[in-house]
Amino acid sequence: MEVLSFLADGLLLSLQPLNLMLILAGVTVGLFIGAMPGLGSVNGVAILLPITFLVPPGSAIIFLAAIYYGAMYGGAISSVTLGIPGASTAVATTFDGRPMALNGKASLALVTAALASFVGGTVANVLFTLFAPLLASVALSFGPPEIFALMLLAFATFVGLGGDDIPKTIFSICFGLVLAAVGFDTISGEPRLVLFEISGFLRGIGFIVLAIGVYGIGEMLWTLEQTRGEVTTTNPKMTIKGLVSDTKEAARKGWRGTMIGSFLGFFVGVLPAAGATPGSLMSYGVAKMLSKNPKAYGTGIPDGVAAPEAANNSASTGAMLPMLTLGIPGSPTTAILLGGMVIWGLTPGPRLFANESEFVWGLIGSFYVSNVAALFINLAFIPLFVWMLRMPFTILAPLIFVLSIIGGFAAARSMHDLWMIVIFGIGAFFLRKFDYPLAPAVLAIVLGPIAESTMRQSLLLSSGDPMIFLNRPIAGPITVIAIILILLPALKLLRRKKAVATA
Amino acid sequence: MRQGEISLAGLLALFSLYLMWKSMELPIGYIRGQGPGGGFWPFWLSLGMLLSCIAIAYNWWRGKSPAARSDDPIMDEFGWRTVILVGGGVVGFVALISIVSMYGAIALFLFYYLRFLGRHSWVLTLGLSIVLPVLLFLFFEGAMMISMPQGMAFTQPFFDLMYDFIY
Amino acid sequence: MNLTKRLFIGMAAGAAFTSLPLTAFAQDWQPKRPIDFTIMAGPGGGADQIARFVQAVVEANDLTNRPLVPTNRGGGSGAEALLHLKDTRDADHTLMVTLNSFYTTPIRQEALGVDIETFTPITMMGVDPFVLWVHKDSGITTFEEYVAKVKEMDGEFVMGGTGSGQEDSIVIAYMAGAYGLKIKYIPYDGGGAVAKDLAGKQIMATVNNPSEAKGFYEAGDFVPLLAFSDARMDAYPDVPTLKEKGHDFSYYNQRAIVGAPGMSDEAAAYYREVFGKVYDSAEWQDYLASESMSPLPMDEAQTRAYWTTQVQNHRKLLAEIGG
Repeated sequence: MEVLSFLADGLLLSLQPLNLMLILAGVTVGLFIGAMPGLGSVNGVAILLPITFLVPPGSAIIFLAAIYYGAMYGGAISSVTLGIPGASTAVATTFDGRPMALNGKASLALVTAALASFVGGTVANVLFTLFAPLLASVALSFGPPEIFALMLLAFATFVGLGGDDIPKTIFSICFGLVLAAVGFDTISGEPRLVLFEISGFLRGIGFIVLAIGVYGIGEMLWTLEQTRGEVTTTNPKMTIKGLVSDTKEAARKGWRGTMIGSFLGFFVGVLPAAGATPGSLMSYGVAKMLSKNPKAYGTGIPDGVAAPEAANNSASTGAMLPMLTLGIPGSPTTAILLGGMVIWGLTPGPRLFANESEFVWGLIGSFYVSNVAALFINLAFIPLFVWMLRMPFTILAPLIFVLSIIGGFAAARSMHDLWMIVIFGIGAFFLRKFDYPLAPAVLAIVLGPIAESTMRQSLLLSSGDPMIFLNRPIAGPITVIAIILILLPALKLLRRKKAVATA
Repeated sequence: MRQGEISLAGLLALFSLYLMWKSMELPIGYIRGQGPGGGFWPFWLSLGMLLSCIAIAYNWWRGKSPAARSDDPIMDEFGWRTVILVGGGVVGFVALISIVSMYGAIALFLFYYLRFLGRHSWVLTLGLSIVLPVLLFLFFEGAMMISMPQGMAFTQPFFDLMYDFIY
Repeated sequence: MNLTKRLFIGMAAGAAFTSLPLTAFAQDWQPKRPIDFTIMAGPGGGADQIARFVQAVVEANDLTNRPLVPTNRGGGSGAEALLHLKDTRDADHTLMVTLNSFYTTPIRQEALGVDIETFTPITMMGVDPFVLWVHKDSGITTFEEYVAKVKEMDGEFVMGGTGSGQEDSIVIAYMAGAYGLKIKYIPYDGGGAVAKDLAGKQIMATVNNPSEAKGFYEAGDFVPLLAFSDARMDAYPDVPTLKEKGHDFSYYNQRAIVGAPGMSDEAAAYYREVFGKVYDSAEWQDYLASESMSPLPMDEAQTRAYWTTQVQNHRKLLAEIGG
């Protein structure tokens, strides 16, 4: 096959000493940047962009892709050890990763995350290699109505994520969606919901502000109050033997989630605008739905870590596809990578595969190599991260607060947002006391803007006719499935009530 | 808890009303031939928040939620003390940033937390509250090229010196 | 890894600095702190790409002694960036990369109280023209066919562009007004998404900048019909301009570097020299050519006059399109 010989060339290129060194360095740097709450691959890639002037373009983009990979692996680390999702893609990882860490299984959670990421990345790489041009045309057939239908599907998976108290879950979802509307309405070009006329709200409320507030401040206060300050995370010392047994356990208990996440994540990631966050969320939801024991999700099981982690890695690889084949960035990070390619004089777009095949295949080859390198480097550093958890909580807690605040500023660069983090944090503490689930709000703030703008674009297209979501060949079926999924719990509830009434 | 549950729901309902009122600055209805206006999305979702609050209040009245059945106080004295000392510490931390810069605030916060809440030794307290801000400075300003807030004018010479040092 | 390398360089540099007498810096102004390089848009757009390109050139050639720190402040269609510059405490270390929301946002959001004529001109890096594109499958090959098609569809012809009141909508509104066209306009978050949806035939035409549409044009998917530039563009010699069609209208997205209001003259002079060097560099000149941007070199006085006319023009245009 022609593809395989191209791929072999690409692999050889990325195994050249200079490139291999760049991959190892990039993955390591990326891992630590990704592990900092508030920083993500976008920071790593942006900062190192100028440095890449010193090496040839082929090597430069390989270096940047390695950072991208490292940061994707690193995202899980802060979700598990600190309980703060460093990026929106890692929110779903906290659902089970954090409980595992608190149950003294941090190393198992981290190993599961690493392995799932590896499998997700590999599946994505293979699909990418074989079907790139085909997938690009699928991506193009997703217009606003299709993306909206997809968002609806992502919301459908929320239904299973809330607590037992339905009004409080609905409140949380609506709250997140309204917060997402703060700032500026692109469609009408007007400022909107500038709360209390404070100009800081013009920029809107970012995901990271709410997430760090809720998880970094609110959840920490709650933990301190609940445990009376005596958190005991009995994490055993890491040994090689322990690592091996964790690997076995992760493989046994996490393979289902990994498989679901790898494939679902990739297909969602390929679509521009959707990206890795809905991918990881939907994978978690689907894994839970298909599980024989859905109640176990959220209590700390490997499948619950594996599904979102496999998905976000797989989706991040998928997000490279619209960038390379169409020149359309699927995420801020790929946007900057795209800028890098322009700087080096390459034209991203449909002709890139043909005109610059050596470059493209070198990059794809480097995905494979980066993925392997990231797995081993990540595993090697797990003992260090677990060691952090062994610190007395009176040291770990202030460190988490400091990292939340400084990381929050690094992401937002505004004092206004820093105050919002504190307000959300203290508010989240009280909401948590009264059993309001907050994860739905955190996810809603990510998906809200995409959902709103695609909904309104679609309705503009159809002159206000909502049938546009049902009568298009791709959007229609997705919308129907999403509506069924949303109504399913309500129907179940009704049936149960009837059963009770007749009994 | 029982009182807290309904008070919180009331507070959130008020906030929902404010959001609904604020959304009305832009058209909240369905514009013919164009679909929803700019205020549509936040207005109706805020209404969703309000209705949820009403449902929460109804559940409270029926005594359905655990919080609505409990006559315990929201937190005991220890809980309140923890929240005020730690939460207040974080508020103080952020307030100090504009005065003594990000790194100064980190040093003071660590000092406060480790020494007064954690009751750690002087060596550990001072060691961490001096070393960590320096490491964070090198990481953010040196390696990541992200400038943190610099506090009032008196912190300036210190920053200028550090910049001379790292660049 | 990276940290230690920088640290090492930093230590060496630190030693060198402390051994120099401080008076050496007294005559020539030099930045003392990292330079805030605010971008008026989110990551990924044209302004962002240019800012990062400029930063990369500055860094690669070691043109400043303190780094440029690019920060995206695109909130409120650039309002966030404008307020940030207006309220900065350190005007000498605060720069911005602009697009045309520099003109439109203060007009549309008067409550901001931003007067851009108080800002400090630094360097005009170039201007980005607009071109009318259709998909090749539409069968339209000339502007006349396009006009006929839009009229025939009577309000059902769909075009995409950036948000209401922003560049794309101004260009389209002007064209629609001049030819009496009824167009259904779909606003998107950025030019990239617009180009993608034209490639996927979700929309029928766009007025993307050439840099955004270039990939699809080279692949033969997009057909350029009309340029909104003053003269025919080098990259598209067969594409007529709106001016040739008898309408006195041209529209460009300005890619300029602007300093905060109240920047000292010494600092402004320093930055003009730095970005002048960037402008003259082979890297930037290649970039201008490959992205089909036009040069528009201006000194400070010319820039101020240019701003005044641009503000007037935009006020008029926005009033005409009712946005």
